[in-house]
Amino acid sequence: MAEREERRFAQVSRESVALMAESAGVELGEEMAAVLAEDVCYRLREAAQSCSQFMKHAKRKKLTVEDFNRALRWSNVEAVCGYGAQDALPFRSGKEGELFFVDDREINLIELALATNIPKGCAETMVRVNVAYLDGKGGVELQGAVPTAVQSLSDDLLKYYQQITRAILGDDPHLMKVALLDLQSNSKIAALLPYFVYVISGVKSVSHDLEQLNRLLHMVRSLVQNPYLYLGSYVRSLVSSVMYCILEPLAASINPLNDHWTLRDYAALLLSNIFWTHGDLVSGLYHQILLSLQKVLSDPVRPLCSHYGAVVGLHALGWKAVEKVLFPHLPAYWANLQAVLDDYSVSNAQVKADGHKVYGAILVAVERLLKMKALSLSHPGEWCFNAQTGSLAAAVGYSSPGLSPPPESLSEAAFGIASHLQAGSGGCPWEEWAPVSLPAMYLELYSFFGDSLAVRFSTGPGLDSPPYCPSALLREPKKEALGQGSNSDTARKMPQLTANLSISPRRDGSPRTDPPPPSLAAAGPGRSLPRSSSAQRSRYSSSRSAQRLTGLPRDVFPKARFASPQNGPPTFSFVIGGRQMGQRCQGRRPFQTVFAPTPPPAAVPPRAYAHKLPVIGRVGKPVRRWTCSHYSLLLPL
Amino acid sequence: MAAVQGGMVDEKEEVDIKTEPQSDGLMNTNATDGRQLSPSPSSSSSAGSTKSAAGAPEDQQTLLAVLQFLRKNKLTESVEILRREAGLPEDALDTKGADCSAPSSGGTAGGVDGLDAGSLLSRVAVSSSAGTPAPTKAAVADDQPDVSVVLSAYSQQGDPALYKVYYSDLKKFIESVLDCHRAELSQVFYPLFVHMYLELVYNNHESEAKAFFEKFSGDQECYYEDDLRVLSSLTKKEHMRGNETLLDFRTSKFVLRISRDSYQLLKRHLQERQNNQIWNIIQEHLYIDIFDGMPRSKSQIDAMSGSLAGEAKREANKAKVYYGLLKEPEIEVPLDDEDEEAENEEGKPKKKKPKKDSMGSKSKKQDPNAPLQNRIPLPELKDSDKLDKIMYMKESTKRIRLGRENLPSICFYTFLNAYQGLTAVDFTDDSSLIAGGFADSTVRVWSVTPKKLRKVKSAADLNLIDKESDDVLERIMDEKTASESKILYGHSGPVYGISFSPDRNYLLSCSEDGTVRLWSLLTFTCLVGYKGHNYPVWDTQFSPYGYYFVSGGHDRVARLWATDHYQPLRIFAGHLADVTCTRFHPNSNYVVTGSSDRTIRLWDVLTGNCVRIFTGHKGPIHTLAFSPNGKFLASGATDGRVLLWDIGHGLMVSELKGHTDTVYALRFSRDGEILASGSMDNTVRLWDAAKAFDDLETDDFTAATGHIHLQDNSQELLLGTYMSKSTPVVHLHFTRRNLLLAAGSYAA
Repeated sequence: MAEREERRFAQVSRESVALMAESAGVELGEEMAAVLAEDVCYRLREAAQSCSQFMKHAKRKKLTVEDFNRALRWSNVEAVCGYGAQDALPFRSGKEGELFFVDDREINLIELALATNIPKGCAETMVRVNVAYLDGKGGVELQGAVPTAVQSLSDDLLKYYQQITRAILGDDPHLMKVALLDLQSNSKIAALLPYFVYVISGVKSVSHDLEQLNRLLHMVRSLVQNPYLYLGSYVRSLVSSVMYCILEPLAASINPLNDHWTLRDYAALLLSNIFWTHGDLVSGLYHQILLSLQKVLSDPVRPLCSHYGAVVGLHALGWKAVEKVLFPHLPAYWANLQAVLDDYSVSNAQVKADGHKVYGAILVAVERLLKMKALSLSHPGEWCFNAQTGSLAAAVGYSSPGLSPPPESLSEAAFGIASHLQAGSGGCPWEEWAPVSLPAMYLELYSFFGDSLAVRFSTGPGLDSPPYCPSALLREPKKEALGQGSNSDTARKMPQLTANLSISPRRDGSPRTDPPPPSLAAAGPGRSLPRSSSAQRSRYSSSRSAQRLTGLPRDVFPKARFASPQNGPPTFSFVIGGRQMGQRCQGRRPFQTVFAPTPPPAAVPPRAYAHKLPVIGRVGKPVRRWTCSHYSLLLPL
Repeated sequence: MAAVQGGMVDEKEEVDIKTEPQSDGLMNTNATDGRQLSPSPSSSSSAGSTKSAAGAPEDQQTLLAVLQFLRKNKLTESVEILRREAGLPEDALDTKGADCSAPSSGGTAGGVDGLDAGSLLSRVAVSSSAGTPAPTKAAVADDQPDVSVVLSAYSQQGDPALYKVYYSDLKKFIESVLDCHRAELSQVFYPLFVHMYLELVYNNHESEAKAFFEKFSGDQECYYEDDLRVLSSLTKKEHMRGNETLLDFRTSKFVLRISRDSYQLLKRHLQERQNNQIWNIIQEHLYIDIFDGMPRSKSQIDAMSGSLAGEAKREANKAKVYYGLLKEPEIEVPLDDEDEEAENEEGKPKKKKPKKDSMGSKSKKQDPNAPLQNRIPLPELKDSDKLDKIMYMKESTKRIRLGRENLPSICFYTFLNAYQGLTAVDFTDDSSLIAGGFADSTVRVWSVTPKKLRKVKSAADLNLIDKESDDVLERIMDEKTASESKILYGHSGPVYGISFSPDRNYLLSCSEDGTVRLWSLLTFTCLVGYKGHNYPVWDTQFSPYGYYFVSGGHDRVARLWATDHYQPLRIFAGHLADVTCTRFHPNSNYVVTGSSDRTIRLWDVLTGNCVRIFTGHKGPIHTLAFSPNGKFLASGATDGRVLLWDIGHGLMVSELKGHTDTVYALRFSRDGEILASGSMDNTVRLWDAAKAFDDLETDDFTAATGHIHLQDNSQELLLGTYMSKSTPVVHLHFTRRNLLLAAGSYAA
């Protein structure tokens, strides 16, 4: 423009207007362009003025594109779209130097969609309070540290961070304890939280070092228990680290001497701890975790240690999780597990040992499930139990876990560690979830575990009535179960279970060549470790199993290898004995199942075993899968 | 509540009739954007004929019109001069004058008496002709314009070239008068400058207008800077159509207070110099409030000026205001409180007895300045309210007595991860809940205590509970929904104001989407959307007694609502720009509004009248606070100053300077000793309010004339400045025990 107006306003020159008109396909005269330019300038100023009030009322100092658009909208002008980004727009000059434009890069959507560095979601808006000034004197402490804002740490904090991480990951166990204790109680480390979380997320890189993994998990525990820390969205990262330790086939698991089982147990404990103490933060994760546990469990390619992790994880999430995921899945899984346990070849010894671990974990989980279920049944009024006597098939074909669990499940999740609280739990019916009736469940589980399950329910003194009655007499067993539950629960806790399980592999020199008992009824008293009540119990069980076999259709088990004793002569009788804690004196309880003959495992060349070592469910699996499974073990390392 | 309603509505009906026409007129000017301006029937008829008049021979026509006007007013000398200056033949006027003398006689009256009609008319005329610079070179005589219309449109116009001369002449005169008069007369500069500039723009003398602006805009007081900026962007007549600010300037009179002596001086000068141009402006656009006595000093004037429409007229602040507090209902405070006794077994009960008596006697005596208890109907106290009152009284006994030597502790509630989106904050009176309004249209409520927020159970579940049980209030709550915070979705624009009801059952929020919403804090759902403001609503607040609430917004009116009415009970119209903040007086009988026209108005809820206008702020007012005794008002504005006002006398009491940015939060301590102010400059400042009010001795003269003498004692009154860490202070709140809570969002 020839005569420049006052400099303080945005100017749109008449050339710009002419250019814009041209790009829109309109030819403008000089005069017209000049008039338009002037009007545009004015409108621009007007809009700038009216948009500033939106800024003022939003109590900001920075005028945003949104403010401007609001001003436009209120003056009936179309808003300008596409400039909502927070960062400044680069304004560049064209080659000729006369042309200026906003740099508008093309974005490759495919690249964006497949990008691995997915930006983190915004942290939740929250309010934190701190005492800024006491009695109007001096800053007690500058305003609370801001967790997510990127900020330079003060020297003190940095030093603290270094000392703590060094102590925790270092060699001195005493120092580690002190550091963990401080981490658990320090109120001023909010700013360091992201750093600690980052360190913990390093579990993936130290999966070969059990010791380090353990320490990192301890760190998680300390952070979770620190009452001054608000974990916010970091809890997700922590949970994923914990889940890693529970589920992944760690490099450390290759060496059977490494006690990675304890690590998994500890991680599961931690998981339930997180759900117990930070239920409000992780409630959204509950289902996600359930899903991933289910996925692992239903994936036969995964090594047994992963399955073990999935089971203890489910156990940690509470009996409802067990009921919802493990129980329906059990029939399918059982077949695979059985196959492993049945294999007595030397090369299979290690896998078999692992299999026993899983077996034990499942046993503990379902036992808790039965107990809790019985307990919840015994609370009339609060628990409107759907006494569904329908066939097992209905229960097994449960609807997909898309429904969100009611919030109670979170508190239930804690029962793994706080079993004494169970009596106080009213519980609430799973909406839309059709539960299997307790008798049906017991029946089914008994079909898997036999007496080793029954034993758990009959240790109470003076137990005359059978632990199970037909559904008509539902109330009685409930009370029984309750009584026993409270008796034995205190004695049976996760860590003890671990100790017990570590012994069990030793016990698996199963008497393979035991003479097959002629019938189940005869098997009980025929055991080498008779007990006063065992005969009685066996009788129950035999009578019940008979009842079960005749009364309920069992065709839901595609791979069920149970043959009713009546149907044909048993070829094998197999005893799996896991000495269970708390009953050590009794030795192993017999688990009796009658098997149909399986194809001899020796059919597979021993060489292939090396590959199949961590794989279960190889029976009837296509060869193609083996290679996959081979990688599934090695890849994450 | 229903019982309350009856009385209020009956009275309300009458008042509404009174206020509505006024507000309607106002609404129209707001609502009709320049582009969709609908001409009133009277002007549209003449619009057609003006069309050609506004064409190319405009200048000459204008001149003719002016000449004619001058002659009509027997200003023959001016006629001669103008004619000679313009180089018109002597008979030019005669012939044309003769032609149109008949119609003009009827038209002049209308032209002179109201610019409003004229301005509207001319705008219509321009809008129809602006697009095409009509090249009708036809002889003027051929299609003779309706001179009366031309005259009315240009009644104010003089020779554009002379504007500068007139103005500088006046400037020279005022600079030469005695010092005592100079300050007073200088007040004239700004309104004159604006009107002259607008006239130039109005009459399409763009270059002259620019030159005029360049030359004299620097002389204006710095606090008019914002207006000048708006003004300078406006250089074409078309621009004026949509510009509401300027519309106000032309339609309302700028109020000046000048002593009689000074006024005479000015008048004499203008008459001597035959400076009719300026004289006309003064007559038409300025309201000069003449008082007898000594002229005011420069500082006195500066303290009071700054608003968009000048100072308040003195009679505007003469109405009686019942600023006293209502008598508190007598509630038996149970003295046999266990924890009370446990705290100190002896002493306390003894001390309490006389205390309670004194309180009782105080409340029995009716404060002469208090309104009648039933002046406006107030909701009856429910049992829960009484319980709350008891809680309040108990807490008050534990209150810390603040003072110069005993400053409050400050707790800062920082909103993290709000990403500059926090727009409003409120605390409940008992400080148990905090709510935030956000730019993303959400309202979030947090529990500040360990007690989590719970919803009421669903209707089906409610049927199951035992209604007779003692803890029924506890039983209706759904434990499943307990959480630390709840989010309320419903608005479709930034939430600019929120307010908790005194009983903590409701929350109000107002938003850019033009609605005020009432939320239930039992179900955490929206109960009502009050639609009435068609433009962004900037602020809302519950009455201290609940039930009523007030809102104000971009449409320049404040509205009084009752929660159970979807239409407002009162519309308070009068502000010349957006109503930016609204507050209830502690006795609920008055409402105060602050505006971006830089005035504060106090409105009577009963009558809907404006009873006080406070001027003195130099920027849009963003926060207001009443002192707990209802006698004083504090206001904070974008200019960073906090002003204290005496409501009874309608006077400014003190000016608190210190903040360097907009003051967004003000709050008196519970006993009124300390005033806390929070600002965009990331500080909380504490002021000695008690001292500011104690020092005040209002003599009759000051009260009568409204002349105030402010001493600059900000530094004395400032008790402390407390920095936050890059967190603008958006809200302040004193707990019942006088702990100061501040809130703001961390600006990363």
